[in-house]
Parts: sequence; C-alpha cells; structure tokens
Amino acid sequence: MKHTISILCDDTPGVMTRISGLFSRRGFNIESLTVGHTEVAGKSRFTIVVKGDDNVLEQVRKQLQKQIHVLKVRDIKHDLTVEREHALIKLKVNDIQRGEILQIITAVQARIIDSTDGTWILEITGNSMHIDNAFNLFRNYKILESIRTGKIALERGEAGSIT
Amino acid sequence: MKKGQTTGAKALIKALESEGVEYIFGYPGGATLPIYDELARSPIKHILARHEQGAAHMADGYARASGKVGVCMATSGPGATNLVTGIATAYMDSSPVVAITGQVSRSMIGNDAFQEVDTTGITIPITKHNYLVENASDIPTIVKEAFHLASTGRKGPVLIDIPKDVQQEFFNLREGRKIQLEGYKPTVTGHPGQIKRAVQLIKNSKNPLIIAGGGIVNADASEVILELTEKASIPVVHTLMGKSSIPNNHPLYFGMLGYHGRIAANTAVNRADVIIAAGVRFGDRSTGPLNTFAKQAKIIHIDIDPAEISKNVPAFLPIVGDAKKVLAQIMKLLPELKHDKWIDSLRKVDAEHPLPFKTEGVTIQNILRILKEKAKNPVLVTDVGKHQMFAAHYFPVDMGRTFLTSGGLGTMGFSVPAAIGAKVAVGEKSVVDIAGDGSFLMTCQQITTAVQYNIPVLILIMNDYCLGMIHQLQDVLYGKRYQSCDLEKIVDYAKLAESLGARGIRVTKDSDIEPAVLEGLSNNRPTVIDFILEEKPNAYPMVVGKSLLEYVE
Repeated sequence: MKHTISILCDDTPGVMTRISGLFSRRGFNIESLTVGHTEVAGKSRFTIVVKGDDNVLEQVRKQLQKQIHVLKVRDIKHDLTVEREHALIKLKVNDIQRGEILQIITAVQARIIDSTDGTWILEITGNSMHIDNAFNLFRNYKILESIRTGKIALERGEAGSIT
Repeated sequence: MKKGQTTGAKALIKALESEGVEYIFGYPGGATLPIYDELARSPIKHILARHEQGAAHMADGYARASGKVGVCMATSGPGATNLVTGIATAYMDSSPVVAITGQVSRSMIGNDAFQEVDTTGITIPITKHNYLVENASDIPTIVKEAFHLASTGRKGPVLIDIPKDVQQEFFNLREGRKIQLEGYKPTVTGHPGQIKRAVQLIKNSKNPLIIAGGGIVNADASEVILELTEKASIPVVHTLMGKSSIPNNHPLYFGMLGYHGRIAANTAVNRADVIIAAGVRFGDRSTGPLNTFAKQAKIIHIDIDPAEISKNVPAFLPIVGDAKKVLAQIMKLLPELKHDKWIDSLRKVDAEHPLPFKTEGVTIQNILRILKEKAKNPVLVTDVGKHQMFAAHYFPVDMGRTFLTSGGLGTMGFSVPAAIGAKVAVGEKSVVDIAGDGSFLMTCQQITTAVQYNIPVLILIMNDYCLGMIHQLQDVLYGKRYQSCDLEKIVDYAKLAESLGARGIRVTKDSDIEPAVLEGLSNNRPTVIDFILEEKPNAYPMVVGKSLLEYVE
C-alpha cells in the first residue's frame, strides 16, 4: 500500500542520509521525497511517499522515530490531510496548437510563467491526481522537459504541529 | 587567525575527564596525534591495543562488566574501519561505548586524502548516533551528548569523528553550541494502565513464564526479577544474553531457550499461557521459526526500545520502559502466587531430558565443571561458536554482569580483548575467557596488551583443531561433508602464549586440568591454557525442525 510519511526533524547535516538509509535498507523505493524548512528555525519537514508492506513500514517508522534528530514521524492518512504537488512543464508550442493548449491551461488551472523561442514553461499546482491529469492532457503535445516536486502534505487540525 | 584559550584536543580530554573516564582503549595514528599529545597530560590511562578491533572489544568488555561507558579511540581510515566490527558488536548487544576517531583535516575531506574514509557514513547503521565535528568549540557539547546517548535509554555505541585540524583549532570555551537532543526522550517508567493489565494477566495465568534477556543485565534488573520470580513463583528461561539475569543454580531457573536451548526451556515456552518477556528482542536464535513460537501464550513484552515491540513476535501487552523500573512496578501490585503443578511438570521434562554431562576426560563439560569448582563466581567471557553454547549450558553463573558474550552479532575474536577490558573494569574479581581455537586465533595478539599492563585474564582454549560449530552444522545438516573447518594441528597455543609474554599451559590429560586451572586462577598474570579436547563433541540440544520442539539431543 502507498503511504505518506511526514517527518519533523532537526535541520542538521546527515539527517537526510540517516532517514533515507532506513528506507533503502528495507528495500523500499522512495517514490518521492520533499524536504524544506518550517516556521521554526532549525527544524525541517520531510514528506516521503513510499509503497510497501504495512508491517515492515511500521517497523521503519519506529526506527525513524529512534533517530536522535527526528522529532516526529507520522504515517498520515489521505483523508485527514491537505496535499499539494507542484510541477513545471516545458512545451514546444506552434501556431496550430496554441489555442488548444491555452484551453487545457485554463481547464487545469495552469499558468504560463515563461515564453522563450516558441517554448512555454507552465506551472501547475494541485494534488497528485490533478498533476497526473495535467500531464495526461499535455502528453499529446511536445513536452521538452518536466519536473514534479513530489508531494508535500500537512495534517488538518492540530495533529503533527511542532509545539 | 584569532586564537582562543584552548584547543579541540584539549577540550576533548577535559570533556572525557569530566565524564569520569578512567581508561581509553586505543591505537594511535597520524590523525589522532594531537589528542595523544594532550592525553599524556591527563590522569586518563591509555591502554594500547594491538589492533583497533581489539580496542573496540576492550571498551565493550569494560562497559559490559562495569555498566559504565567504555571508550575506544582510533585514527582515521583503516583505524576507523578496523573499529567497525567492534562497534557493530556493541550495537547489537546494546553496550554503551563511545568511539573516538581521527579524521583528515576539514579542507581535505572528500578528496580521497591519505587514510581518509567516510567514517560517519560507514557507521550510521551500527551506531546509536554519530558526529562529525565541524568546529572545535562544539566538542564539549558533543562529548556530553555522546555519553548521555550511549548510557541512557537503549544503550549503544556513539561515534565522534574529529578532523585533525579541529583537534588543533584554538577556540574560546563559551563559543560552543547548545545541547540539541529534543527528539530524544526514552520512556523509562511503564504506563500504569499497562502495568495493571499485566498484573491481571499474570494473576489469571496457570502457566506463566519469564523470558529474561540481555536487557535485564543492561538495566541491572537482576535483583528485581529474582524477587518477582520468587514472589509469584514463575519459572525463568533466558536468552543467551540474559544468562546472568538470575543465579543459574536457582530452583526456578530452567536454562536457555532457542536453537541450542534446553529441552525444558523450550517446552516451557511452548506450554506457557502467559510469557513475561523482559529485555528481549526475540532474535531468531532464541525463537526458532516464528510461526510456531509460543503459540499458547499471551506475551507481555517489556522493552525500553519501542521499536522492538512486535518486531518479530506480536506482543499481546506491550510495556515500554526500563526493565528494572517496570518489573518493580509489576511486583508492587502482584500478590504472592503459587504454580507448583506447572513447575513440577517442567522439572519432570528437565529430568527426562538432562543435559549430557561428562565428569571425566578432557571434555568441555569436565573442564567447565572443574573451573566452576575452583573459580566460584568469576566473570565468564565467551567467544563465539560451539564452546559458547557449552558455556551457556554447563557453567552456572551468578546474577549480574557475570556472563559476557557476543550474542547479537556473533563476533568471533570477541573474547580475548573483551576479557581484557572486563578485567580492567572489575579489578580483583577473576575474569575467565572460554575461547575456541578458531576464535582465539582471530584476536590472540591482544594478549600482549594484557601482558604490557599486567591485566591477569585467564584464557581457556577448547581446542579441537577445528571450527567446531561449522563442523557440527556440516555434520548434522550437510551430510558430514566437512568443508574448510579443519584448522589442522599447526599451532602450539601454549608456546604462542609464552612468546606473547603470557603464561602458557598445555593440557592433554584429565588429571592436569585442575592444577592448570588453579595455577591460572592464582598466578596473577595473563595465562592461556590450551586444552586438547579428546573428541569433537556436538553442542546439543539443537533444533533442526520447524519448531523449538523438533530437536536433536
């Protein structure tokens, strides 16, 4: 089953290796991993998406919790969280397709953030399914490059907060 | 550059002194020379090992025997990688060790410099935590954290990697960073609700059983568990690491469980309706095949490490906390109980399946019998292999820190240096090492350390000129196709010991066992006795089937 693990930790060198090492040792392939600063100085939050056996993952969660610089580990539930992902897509745009592409951009609420030499860079924000949809729609055109941030997630309500 | 009051190396030694460190087991090298220069001016005694692996095992043996943090030190590169086996050994058995390694100077890190290795990277999976020191001013805080981490919660090794230029860097003492252990809060006291539930379970049980693990020894919980055992008359079995949980001659003691477990112990596990598993991690050597393990029992699992709960065996009632605290909490609420019928049934099994005992000949059983008579209650250190199983079965130890063995990692070569470290810790009390000829040969050069500092350990080699456990496994499971387990009659271990500066005695006949043991126990110098065993006995019982009750005996 797919799990989203949210980890609050100290922002210290090596913390990334310690965390990702625990997943790779158990044979988990990390689907996405995002990390960034939080509102508290010196604290970072990871959002990690992995697929795997529930029992083994529970063991990994406990091992993560044991790491000295890890403050909180939560296997967060899809329906109790707000999730977002961000994507950039660079498209080759010609005169014939321009109209269609603009319609899709409107439909998926994307934005054109760059236009250079007949290419557009679009940005799209939404949950992962929304990004998947957008990619499916743009796949019919010439995608030159693309990047997804991977999922970031926060639990609703007071669960998981730092203090 | 602005100069300060002190250097990294100076601050390190000061910090170690204020942690109460008396001994460092180490081996110097280019990247630790500034530390050694400071060490000369410190009351801390340095014990020079003969290989860094030995230094780590010595620190580990010291820690296991004393309960205090053992400290080892090595240089960068090969010094650090040689420590790895010793650190991993300490990690698997939750032994509090602080390892200090030198590192190449900061400007050279990552450049494949001479004797450079990514020490912190290599040791992440085998340490509780590790540090690469980036500023000399952080050293006092890091040392404080390292000792705290190593010796609290689930104990374990912590490594501090210090670049050479950091050791030489000047700084002012007030510049350092603050302690940063927000995410580290081990649960020590058991949850009162869970304690009440445990008491209820035990009260309602007809066939309760205690499985005592290494956590009992680590938590110094022997007295409490003994009191609980007697108050509620609950039989005790133990894992290899938990052998010294209660005195082995106690009437409620039923021996070791597991792959080489006593039949009565394994039967008890299978018939128990409630199991109090304290300080155990249900390692595979102890449980055998998991799908047939303790199927009748509701398991109360007491452990300081929440990650151990339901890792291998599902816990019916988990209690996270320090074994000593939790058992005391349970005991307070538990009334006196009697389980005579249950205990009698186990005694009957034990009488039907006694351990094969030999009282004559140059056999391991006989040697251990005579040793027990003469040495009374020594600290027994074992190496890894067949002799280890014999020692677990045939040498009754007292409770406490009296049985030191590499249980988790199963490190051959552990015993000689660990015995040296243990002897440094316990002083007058005798330390006896039971080694196999194979394991002895792995680290025997460390004896010269014992000679140099006059650390009188007694080392008994159970010499069958082969790798006994491998021989046994090939005998029982591989159709007697013996492969690469013959060490041949090459080494004269008594002469080897003498040439290393120790006393060496060779014993080939029955009547020489006692005088040799007596000499070794009383001559006050490192002594090696080479017992030429008259046979290659297999260590039985041995589980061969799909459950702990399918065995060869």
